[in-house]
Amino acid sequence: MKKILIKNGHIIDPLNQRDETGDLCIAGGTILSIADTAGFHPDLVIDAAEQIVCPGFIDLSVCLREPGHTQKGTIASETRAAAAAGVTSLCLPPDTRPCIDTPAVVELIKDRADKAGYPRIHPIGALTQRLAGTELSGMFALKQSGCIAVSNANQPLANLLILRRAMEYASSHNLLLIYRANEFSLSAGGCAHEGAFASRYGLPGIPEAAESIALAQCLELAELTGCRVHINQISCKHSVIKIQQAKKYGANVSADVAIHQLHLTEEDMTPFDSAYHVLPPFRGEIDRKYLRDALANGTVDAISSAHQPHDLDAKLGAFPDTEPGVAALETLLPLLLNLTRQQVLTLPQAIASLTQKPAKILGLPVGHLSPGAPADVCVFDPQASWTVDNENWLSAGKNTPYWGQTLTGRVTHTLQNGSLIFRLAAAENS
Amino acid sequence: MTTQHIQLTEHGRLKHFLSIEGLSKELLTEILDTSESYADMSGKQIKKVPLLRGKTIINLFFENSTRTRTTFELAAARLSADVITMNIATSSTAKGESLLDTIRNLEAMHVDMFIVRHALSGAAYFIAEHAAPHISVINAGDGQHAHPTQAMLDMFTIRQYKKRFEGLKVAIVGDILHSRVARSQIQALNTLGVEEVRVIAPKTLLPNQVRQMGVIDFHDMEEGLSGVDVIIMLRLQKERMNSAFLPSESEYFRCFGLTEAKLKHAKPDVMVMHPGPINRGVEIASTVADGPHSVILQQVSNGVAVRMAIMSMIISSSGGGA
Repeated sequence: MKKILIKNGHIIDPLNQRDETGDLCIAGGTILSIADTAGFHPDLVIDAAEQIVCPGFIDLSVCLREPGHTQKGTIASETRAAAAAGVTSLCLPPDTRPCIDTPAVVELIKDRADKAGYPRIHPIGALTQRLAGTELSGMFALKQSGCIAVSNANQPLANLLILRRAMEYASSHNLLLIYRANEFSLSAGGCAHEGAFASRYGLPGIPEAAESIALAQCLELAELTGCRVHINQISCKHSVIKIQQAKKYGANVSADVAIHQLHLTEEDMTPFDSAYHVLPPFRGEIDRKYLRDALANGTVDAISSAHQPHDLDAKLGAFPDTEPGVAALETLLPLLLNLTRQQVLTLPQAIASLTQKPAKILGLPVGHLSPGAPADVCVFDPQASWTVDNENWLSAGKNTPYWGQTLTGRVTHTLQNGSLIFRLAAAENS
Repeated sequence: MTTQHIQLTEHGRLKHFLSIEGLSKELLTEILDTSESYADMSGKQIKKVPLLRGKTIINLFFENSTRTRTTFELAAARLSADVITMNIATSSTAKGESLLDTIRNLEAMHVDMFIVRHALSGAAYFIAEHAAPHISVINAGDGQHAHPTQAMLDMFTIRQYKKRFEGLKVAIVGDILHSRVARSQIQALNTLGVEEVRVIAPKTLLPNQVRQMGVIDFHDMEEGLSGVDVIIMLRLQKERMNSAFLPSESEYFRCFGLTEAKLKHAKPDVMVMHPGPINRGVEIASTVADGPHSVILQQVSNGVAVRMAIMSMIISSSGGGA
């Protein structure tokens, strides 16, 4: 493995509270002690002047679409996009086809990940067999084969008893439950936030209560069963309030929000433009404010991309007929930096929400630049602007509301386990 | 947050007719004025004009309809266009052909205009966005979004009887939540400058944040009808009973059905409208539907003239008038 020197960068390492200009030495796939520069003979020098050097990002939810939906994306295409986004570890939700409910599927994914040169894919096992919501999956076997957590993704559970049993069983094996809160009887048929926009355009609505009621039930059962729960992709004010209350009373719960929910609201939607069709839907201004505040004060722990690439056909049709989801990996960094420019978060806070915080939720040994830690590093230019277009885009899915827009902030180098897995073409010379 | 840009040409003329939203008072008034000249014509012996001779119009109905489809066919025929009606609900999309494939195939037959009815909100907008540039689209009802030609014929009928919009109080009664007609009527009434638009329904049948649509909501008929000039009754779909929107037809009729007794709360010269088809004894009593205040059949007659006006305005703004 190469010895790499990243020099003169602005190092931000939230866990170690580092926020200073300096050099980073990497050898044998790990971070070396900071003081070691003298006598270090690198094979590769990366000049990071005017750039930020931080731990590689850890993304709690990235759909790779393989196996089963390779017309939307493949492990190869989407991990390339992840590397270009500075993401060095990612969690893969179980709703592939077949879904991740047997070790064989986990093996297949790990194999493809190795072939793609991106080993840090963490599959999330299905909570129930076939995600059908009725029988428990073989969670122990899934954990043994490498699943980092269990989840039923966007699929409903038959009833609360199944959720209770699943929580009891998952916690017996010390498995984290990743839960997307959705009361299906309240959200069924909906495709937009139940608010002024949906009313005006006659789109079937999804009320906030569909999320916050399911969230409240989950929190009650987490308390009852002692299961560790992470709430994935919350979208509204009432969910924030429920999590805040639970944390106040010492509940073992964490939460994340999808990056686009921190930026877009129903007001920003172009009528019937399927790029804005996403679940949970874009909510109101008040919800966005609560989500932003919650991130700043720690009620919400982390940010995820909630990356969901789609093929063209999936987004071509009358709005309610199109598939929900945003291809979000490559806009993750510029949108994160927008939060610092809009003074929602400081830069170390923003970076922590994608590094230190998700690492803690998942129990991963990465997300920081301590000596001896795996060298997962992201180097980015916070001032570089680029246009979201065919030339700059790597994901197979082009379904983003930001298509055609010019954004600021771009990853120049990504290292995973001490190997350079992405280098921006424009940064070739460095 | 409007659909305005796509339905107007660069000179502000009608390219498509998808929604009332974003159209000016002047343009709506022009539609009404043009409709008037066609309404005069319907009474004549020879009902045809050669305005759309050589044009091909396809009625593309992904959802069943009798009245709307027929009035569009008549309107096109009276303008001398070639018109074909396709009931796609029972044809190729059932075989898995996508909406876009259907459009592409029909385009290849050198069509000038699509008249679209579809069960999903935004379908007409989607077709207008993806059809070849020379093709115009008229929305004949899409999901719960809009039914702008119905709204314009209702406006025409109101103007016929009331001669003005200023100072009028209009109440729309019934299933506003699922009604594309109501959404378009509300936008048209507000654009044309009525004094007040009221909606009357139980909360189960009202959209979230309904006041942001420019209306005042009532849950009591007598209160809501008090002093109004125009009452628009909406059709109640029978399936609303199955999904817990309402307990029963009889209870609905008791609370929100229009009877002669309830009509007394409105102004003495109130006009009663209904986009049809009516459910007698569910949303409206027969004595009211057939009574002196009812203009329900007049609405149907006006449907042809208003649709002729909209078609002719679209064809002339695309520079293709014969």
